[in-house]
Amino acid sequence: MSNLLGLEVKKVTENPPEEIERVKNWINTDEYKEKNFARQALVINPAHACQPLGAQLCAHGFEGTLPFVHGSQGCASYYRSTLNRHFREPAPAVSDAMSEDGAVFGGQNNLHEGLENAVALYKPKMIAVFTSCMPEVIGDDLTAFIKNAKQKSLVPKDLQIPYANTPSFNGTHIHGYDSMLVSILQTLTEGKQIEGRCTGKLNLIPGCDFNTGDYREYKRILKEFGVPNTILADIGDTFDSPCDGTYHIYAGGTKLEDAADSINGKATISLGPYATPKTFAWIKDTYSGKHVSLPMPMGIEKTDALIMKIAELFGKEVPASLKNERGRAVDAMTDSQQYMHGKKFAVYGDPDYLMGYVSFLLEMGARPYHILCSRGSKKAEKELQTMLDGSMYGAGCKIYMNKDLWHLRSLVVTDPVDAIIGDTHGKFAARDAKVPLFRFGFPVFDRVNKHRYPIIGYQGVINMVTEICNKFIDIRDETCEDRFFEMMR
Amino acid sequence: MSKIRTVEGITKESTQAMIDDALSVYPEKAKKKRTPHLAPNDAASGCSSVKSNKKTVPGVMSARGCAYAGAKGVVWGPIRDMVHVSHGPVGCGWYSWGTCRNLMSGINGVTQFGMQFTSDFQEKDIVYGGDKKLKTLLEEAKGLFPLAKGISVLSECPVGLIGDDINSVTKQASKDLGIPVIPCNCEGFRGVSQSLGHHISNDSIRDYIIETREFAEPSSPYDISLIGDYNIGGDVWSAKSLLEEIGLNVKAVWTGDGELEKIAATHTVKLNLIHCYRSMNYMCKVMEEKYGIPWLEFNFFGPTKIRESLRAIGERFDDVIKEKVELAIAKYEPIMQAIIDEYKPRLDGKKVMLLVGGLRPRHTIGAYEDLGMDCVGSGYEFAHNDDYDRTAPEMPDATLVYDDPSEYEFEKFAHALKPDLIGSGIKEKYVFQKMGIPFRQMHSWDYSGPYHGYNGFEIFARDVDMAVNSPTWKLVKAPF
Repeated sequence: MSNLLGLEVKKVTENPPEEIERVKNWINTDEYKEKNFARQALVINPAHACQPLGAQLCAHGFEGTLPFVHGSQGCASYYRSTLNRHFREPAPAVSDAMSEDGAVFGGQNNLHEGLENAVALYKPKMIAVFTSCMPEVIGDDLTAFIKNAKQKSLVPKDLQIPYANTPSFNGTHIHGYDSMLVSILQTLTEGKQIEGRCTGKLNLIPGCDFNTGDYREYKRILKEFGVPNTILADIGDTFDSPCDGTYHIYAGGTKLEDAADSINGKATISLGPYATPKTFAWIKDTYSGKHVSLPMPMGIEKTDALIMKIAELFGKEVPASLKNERGRAVDAMTDSQQYMHGKKFAVYGDPDYLMGYVSFLLEMGARPYHILCSRGSKKAEKELQTMLDGSMYGAGCKIYMNKDLWHLRSLVVTDPVDAIIGDTHGKFAARDAKVPLFRFGFPVFDRVNKHRYPIIGYQGVINMVTEICNKFIDIRDETCEDRFFEMMR
Repeated sequence: MSKIRTVEGITKESTQAMIDDALSVYPEKAKKKRTPHLAPNDAASGCSSVKSNKKTVPGVMSARGCAYAGAKGVVWGPIRDMVHVSHGPVGCGWYSWGTCRNLMSGINGVTQFGMQFTSDFQEKDIVYGGDKKLKTLLEEAKGLFPLAKGISVLSECPVGLIGDDINSVTKQASKDLGIPVIPCNCEGFRGVSQSLGHHISNDSIRDYIIETREFAEPSSPYDISLIGDYNIGGDVWSAKSLLEEIGLNVKAVWTGDGELEKIAATHTVKLNLIHCYRSMNYMCKVMEEKYGIPWLEFNFFGPTKIRESLRAIGERFDDVIKEKVELAIAKYEPIMQAIIDEYKPRLDGKKVMLLVGGLRPRHTIGAYEDLGMDCVGSGYEFAHNDDYDRTAPEMPDATLVYDDPSEYEFEKFAHALKPDLIGSGIKEKYVFQKMGIPFRQMHSWDYSGPYHGYNGFEIFARDVDMAVNSPTWKLVKAPF
């Protein structure tokens, strides 16, 4: 049976050292970069995951909600472990473990049995179903399956079961987040709109954001304003839960009744224009009150926009505490701008994060020199270009859409930068380019507590400035000659 | 066989009562399915007391992965000098990128390829098929990574469902590119767990790799291969140096820090030493039948098992090796005793529960016992009957055996058994740590390691001690 390829039997060989040396140097050349950028089919080190991961994140943002993967069991294990590693927190989710027979007969039996078991074991208030590849390829009809489950009384009649089609061969995790969110909101708000009712609340949609500190920060800002609010979807407590001797399977999330009542809100602000466009479009058509889409509030200008919008929508003055906070953030920037001014950065990530990094860097007088998005759109590219064109620090900076981190490696070794902003997956490119990597994105598998430090708002500005500038100062201390090693920096 | 041990307070009845309690909440059908997978250990029988390798019960929260995970994360992924293409949508490769901790020598992107290669399937690839894309990307991989010794193509779910023919594409590419391009039909929906992925990958090594190379240097009676060690945290480097110290030539490693051509020439070694039986017994059996190479299971966790294993290995060779085995044991045992003297007083009598993958739920028990700890529950995600047979004599009598437990069951058992340590995976880690139970990841060594060999035991002992005795656990309960 062996040797089905019909290979000629040869001796075991070693790569000659001079050949290794040649290739080692070659992969750092412009020639290699050109060849690398000519790739049509092979993707190497992509900076994005697939849709269901985002769907699971979203599901965790609702009270008592059990994420449910309709598909192969391995998928669920992958999403869960990714979230475990990033947050260092539990990420309970079930799958209905479809296998070969599912491919033949469809996944209804698995889904039904799975729902029944999940209810018995984990007593969820809501089950959020989303799909991985298999049911998407074979064309399972979730609408019918879930209707049948209720008809057969396999689950309590009043159990909410929103579901989303989240094919992994389309889009990225942010698109899965969007599909799950709109499905959950559609399910929960059905029949809840009451003519003339206004909750007086702000609905805030942070987007597909993996930083629990950001969620706490939004709530704090709104508290300063005295604006009652509902965060859709709030993973802040789910993935930053206390260690107190008891495991709570549902550790946080937006209350289901608050989410249901969000349709009667006074206003809705979306802060993830690239992550939640479907949700926002639906809300605009459906929800009471005003609807505003703003960029993720990273950096001063984008945070100002959010603060002013909240003040405007709720007819409030910006509280003195937030005015002071802005002042402190700007103080942090002016005090330390000298350590970042003119520094070149390579940045990559999901579009909403990317807009934030670029805006913040330009505000600091730094240069977002290589901007790379692994799944971007023309719209995102245009928005980035407009930002670059609006600042002298954007001159000469370039945008690379739909490129991966092996492209990024070519960029940073042939046209060097001072640092990279991204996530853990950039660490190989950063090491080869011998520059620091700032892990503001997702996922972070190799540093602790990063998700607890907000990157949005004025506090986020202070956090980013502190981390970046101190690293540059560390490098100077670690690498300078003895005679230039001094007390002050 | 080792002496039958017991743990105070644990009887067959108490264990069965705990199982019944955990199962009481299940719906009838699921209860019927789960019942045979949970049982008290019958140490004397030396036989499995549970059923295993059955379909996962839907909706119960299993820790299992899929066939692709077994192929990518275990068998193929660790081979360092190959490009491993995750063929299909972007996710599977992304999630398994660098998360198994199979460390590699060499230069990343030059001679070792611990990266993430994918065909990143889009809607159009599902509709029109991905074979053309595959052909192009194989050419691109060869062009960008000229020193790669081969390419593996690991199918994800859609590839098998849409009926792509990766076998013919790879066969042609092999001819065109002049390197082995190996198809592996390891779609995640196949089988019941990672286990089938191991088997399929073993079969593809049998069909495409073995016997296609010969070692350049003359053979020796001491040529062996190290099978089923995936170099988690550097395990291979620790095990290999010990095997070399007793005079053996480790000609090939399957597959941690592995090299394709050496794997291809393994059919000429004199003995296959297998650590993870579950994932690679298939090829050991093939090599035994086809080339007459005997194989031997061994255990390099903890000084007791290492000593037994070294002597058993020595028995397969002449006095030269036997003598070196005794020299090595004599050299390391005082060092090991010093480690035990340091840690055992702090760990003696502590209880551990395990839920891991292919070999560790039985292989590490001895190492815990070297430190004075008792294993009060053990089980596997994806083991078969022969694994449980091998586990029965290792565990104390009447302790709990669980196969593919749901998170609900595992949590229930932990509440009842109140272990001082749980050794399992990342999905379980934070659940138990919230409960204030010390935990070590036993798949990834919790970002530590190596744990294999004498060098590994010192690290293992330190890690177990720091987990169990960390002062942070005392802070979990607030004083107010």
